[in-house]
Amino acid sequence: MSIRERLSGNEASAIAMKQINPDVVAAFPITPSTEIPQYFSTFVSNGQVDTEFIAVESEHSAMSSCIGAEAAGARAMTATSSNGLSYMWEMLYIASGSRLPIVLSLVNRAVSGPLNIHNDHSDAMGVRDAGWIMLFSENNQEAYDNLIMAHQIAENSNVMLPLMVCQDGFITSHSIENIELIEDDKVKEFVGTYKPEHYLLNPNEQIAVGPMDLQAYLFEHKYQQAEAMRNAKKVILDVADKFEKMTGRKYGFFEEYKLDDAEIAIVCMNSTAGTTKAVVDDLRAKGIKAGLLKLRVYRPFPVEEISKALSHLKAVAILDKTDSVNAAGGPLFEDVTSALYTQNVHIPAVNYVYGIGGRDTTTKDISKVFEDLQAIVADNSKIDNPYRYLGVRI
Amino acid sequence: MAKMHIDKSTPASEITKGGTIYQAGNAVEFKTGDWRSMCPVWIEEKCKQCGLCFPVCPDDAIPVNKETLNREDFNYDYCKGCGICSKACPFGAIEMREGGKI
Ligand code: SF4
Ligand code: SF4
Repeated sequence: MSIRERLSGNEASAIAMKQINPDVVAAFPITPSTEIPQYFSTFVSNGQVDTEFIAVESEHSAMSSCIGAEAAGARAMTATSSNGLSYMWEMLYIASGSRLPIVLSLVNRAVSGPLNIHNDHSDAMGVRDAGWIMLFSENNQEAYDNLIMAHQIAENSNVMLPLMVCQDGFITSHSIENIELIEDDKVKEFVGTYKPEHYLLNPNEQIAVGPMDLQAYLFEHKYQQAEAMRNAKKVILDVADKFEKMTGRKYGFFEEYKLDDAEIAIVCMNSTAGTTKAVVDDLRAKGIKAGLLKLRVYRPFPVEEISKALSHLKAVAILDKTDSVNAAGGPLFEDVTSALYTQNVHIPAVNYVYGIGGRDTTTKDISKVFEDLQAIVADNSKIDNPYRYLGVRI
Repeated sequence: MAKMHIDKSTPASEITKGGTIYQAGNAVEFKTGDWRSMCPVWIEEKCKQCGLCFPVCPDDAIPVNKETLNREDFNYDYCKGCGICSKACPFGAIEMREGGKI
């Protein structure tokens, strides 16, 4: 029997880490992810895990320690937010380039400046090309479940890529909700022991990690990373299958909420999906065929699957909780529209930049998006400006 | 799977992940002598075999005879021409010449 609890997203993530019991956790506090290493260090002090906890002096050092530990053959984890992730940026590429399956819990927060500690996705979107697998979570349950699945995905020999699990700062990380935890022994069995093929502390095989890689070789290594990211798609689904057998909870690349017969729909990630579901239910009650595609797997990006799932729509709105500041559109919008184009799916699509710096996004805001989509459909798919804002004072 | 001998024709499918090197001590296969733009010349007549030059060479390019413990002529396969040995020699027995050629 699973364990019913009520936990914040941060507590749930820390408990997932406790159950995973990694060899090394190296972390530096930053709002709103601070509680994760804080709770975790309590588990260390209480002897509930046998993890080596490294209280580093910066996020750059946190990721560097994880890299060293992982290269040595250990399982390493960390948590951060916002500028903490920015400070790790350089090392994120070393981790993925050296094919070290580190797992990071990212509590999404706006990247300064001006200084803001609240939620948007500018931190995650700033590292979207860093070669990390990126999973997004609507609530505490998904943040927990994604972490439990993380190592099985990242450490698969066809993958060997680092992975980050994202959840919305404060909205999810600090809200207490009901949650179903998995028993410790089941998690232990599911996560298994990390047995790397090659590692620095193996006395029987002397290896060198991260050597000079010039014109004749780097391209091939980057191609290998890209292949690994493609391989990750199958592995993510396989691990989700295994997870469903254990818990009954089903995960895929995305969740389709009343999407199959929908005429208009929203694509978004993390907690806004919850708000959108409430609006979809309201609209359905009024006979309006609204739906939602909540993306879980942002990297690798499920190009064919997402295009297929949206192909029947009369109009779609893609919500970006960050602005690319490029006079063209947010990152999720660009990924989705590029997927649609290359898959030869041509449906009217608009982009909304929303929720920047923790600006509250209510059911009223989401209703406005659906109203706009209805107007587009009524007006023969005419779209004056596809690059829009939701909830900003102009 | 990953090969141990990787060269400029090895495809991505056979190269080691992340460039990890699985065989230690293979730096000897990497001839760094062609980086040289200055060339040390050993003037044997001036050499007192004092032994001050070879420990300072950053690249083991001054071979030492195992029996006599005397230094021998430079190994130009690895000498990068940094000139450290020449500075260290108290007897002017190592002259630096312009150009990488021996
Ligand atoms: S020039 Fe530099 S690399 Fe060459 S032998 Fe002298 S110390 Fe060694
Ligand atoms: S330092 Fe000069 S004198 Fe001494 S062994 Fe080397 S070359 Fe000969």
